[in-house]
Amino acid sequence: MPKNYERREFLADLVKFPCATLLLGVSGPIKALASAGDEYQASEHHYAMGVQIEKCIGCGKCVEACKIENDVPMEPYYFRTWIERYIIYADGEVSVDSPNGGIDGFPPIESEKAILRTFFVPKLCNHCENPPCVQVCPVGATFKTQDGVILVDDDYCIGCRYCIQACPYGARFLDPRTHTAGKCTFCYHRITDGLLPACVEICPTQARIFGELDKLSTPLNRMMRQSNIQVLKAHMNTEPKVFYSDLDGEVR
Amino acid sequence: MNPAHKAQLEAALQQVTGFIYPNEAELHWSILVVIYPYITGLVAGAFILASLEKVFKVKDLQPTYRLALLTALAFVFVAPLPLQAHLGHPERAFEIFLTPNPASAMAMFGFVYAWYLMVVLLLEIWFEFREDMVRWRQQSRGLKKLFYWLISLGSRDVSPEAVAFDHKAVYAITILGIPSAFLLHGYVGFIFGSVKANPFWSSVLMPIVFLFSAIVSGISLVLILYYVTTLIRRKTLDQKCLNALAAFLFYALIIDLSLELLDFIHRLYESEESIEILAELIFSKLFISLAIVQILLGTIGPLLLLAFALFTGLPNELKRLAFFIAAIFIQVGIFSTRWNVVIGGQLFSKSFRGLTAYKLELGGQEGLLAALGLLILPFVILYVLLKLLPPWDDARTSDTKPLEG
Repeated sequence: MPKNYERREFLADLVKFPCATLLLGVSGPIKALASAGDEYQASEHHYAMGVQIEKCIGCGKCVEACKIENDVPMEPYYFRTWIERYIIYADGEVSVDSPNGGIDGFPPIESEKAILRTFFVPKLCNHCENPPCVQVCPVGATFKTQDGVILVDDDYCIGCRYCIQACPYGARFLDPRTHTAGKCTFCYHRITDGLLPACVEICPTQARIFGELDKLSTPLNRMMRQSNIQVLKAHMNTEPKVFYSDLDGEVR
Repeated sequence: MNPAHKAQLEAALQQVTGFIYPNEAELHWSILVVIYPYITGLVAGAFILASLEKVFKVKDLQPTYRLALLTALAFVFVAPLPLQAHLGHPERAFEIFLTPNPASAMAMFGFVYAWYLMVVLLLEIWFEFREDMVRWRQQSRGLKKLFYWLISLGSRDVSPEAVAFDHKAVYAITILGIPSAFLLHGYVGFIFGSVKANPFWSSVLMPIVFLFSAIVSGISLVLILYYVTTLIRRKTLDQKCLNALAAFLFYALIIDLSLELLDFIHRLYESEESIEILAELIFSKLFISLAIVQILLGTIGPLLLLAFALFTGLPNELKRLAFFIAAIFIQVGIFSTRWNVVIGGQLFSKSFRGLTAYKLELGGQEGLLAALGLLILPFVILYVLLKLLPPWDDARTSDTKPLEG
């Protein structure tokens, strides 16, 4: 294509080559016909996320992208994903912060004390294989999909908040507008369309890897083969599906 | 977002010490959820007291038997209201009955409650009062007659055989009722005790601790009510009955305290990951409500007072006063027990790195006034019940008076 191929020229060309115009006109219906056969099959997928701690720079773009993509209330009390900063001082003291969920990044460290190590930990719903939130929901409004994602049915949730109490990770909140439980959906509307979750898509360092847990040749599986993998609060036996590489023992 | 709610969350965030997960600024189970176990505890306790007389033949407690049943009924009507009011979508509450999740402890609430109200309490009260209702209908006129006809379901038979059947039915229902009352409140304990994410709640002892505190609260409430209603009616208090109430209260309180201590020592000895934050919680945010009000004023104080009144040669008048004061303090103590469990269990972060705060609002759906309303309502219901179904011996017709001895 010539470098300065303007729209005007393109339209003129379309008139000159009627068959191209015809093709463009029918491409929509053809695409629809072609895709009719491969409708999304939840049972063929099993989703999980990998988080590479060493790659996270704490920029907070994932928090922002999540809030915008999923219409999460902007107030600093509601997060589907957030970032925690851990500062481990030489004397053993551990300091953790997450100002506004880390959405605007983090302020410089004020302390004069010697620091042993410091790192960021992105958090989100762990989409547990054995989810306590699903167990306790009295009406079954929160449920596990066939592809392993934990969702909430807004039209069904009675707002009792037992799921919020039962989640060991603080991953749920009560949406002040709908009075129903809110949480990360792995951007279900995107992943079932073949797209990545917003937080994964936007991460500038690819600290987050989303993919299929049961398929071997995926970036997620490569990460899990090549790294030292941990999950949060393993002793709870919730079997989280957010896998962290090189997670520090101080992280809870 | 509601500006008042926003201001509340801002204020809560100001009071956070250490680190909490960002979603933890909001405390989710408010004072209304404190009232729920408090009230169900009173229901279960009052019923268990009533069953002492029926099943275990503690004849000294006879004057409080019917009063205890009506107290349980008045409170059981109110028990689901705080939960209902607390839901984000109260209009969807019936889904718990229509599509319950069998894995959910909370989903069973509706069934446990319905069983207890319909099968145990209403049925037992109906058989217990049936003969009287028939006679009250015969003695009254107009609307009152219609009312007794309605609640006696048109029953007329007061033959000795029919009355003997009533007694057998009451006995059978009480036997069924004891495990049901245990279920009703033990189950409430399970709702909290089974939350593994929360180390303050998660304990196998929780249902049993709840149960014994329920028995303590129920006996003390009936003692207070018996004392007050008898004085208002200008009748004489039955000293034997009061002594028996106080003695049961004393022993139940000892078991309750022992269980609480066992729980405490067990936690301290196991010293799990959460021990530091729980210790910080108890010594800062919960010190007054737990150490002072629940343990000192609500348990140790009444125990000493009851022991002193029961086992020394105190004159009866002073004894009665001591029982009454002890019972009042026990009520305050039990309320703080519920507060400490429900609110206390939410004041620390599940990251175990920080504490949050709860500020009780005055007005609003989950405010202090709403809570007080819900606490007063059962007494209003009880007043009406006492008028309609007077539980006093002198209200019975001569034929139905219980046998002496």
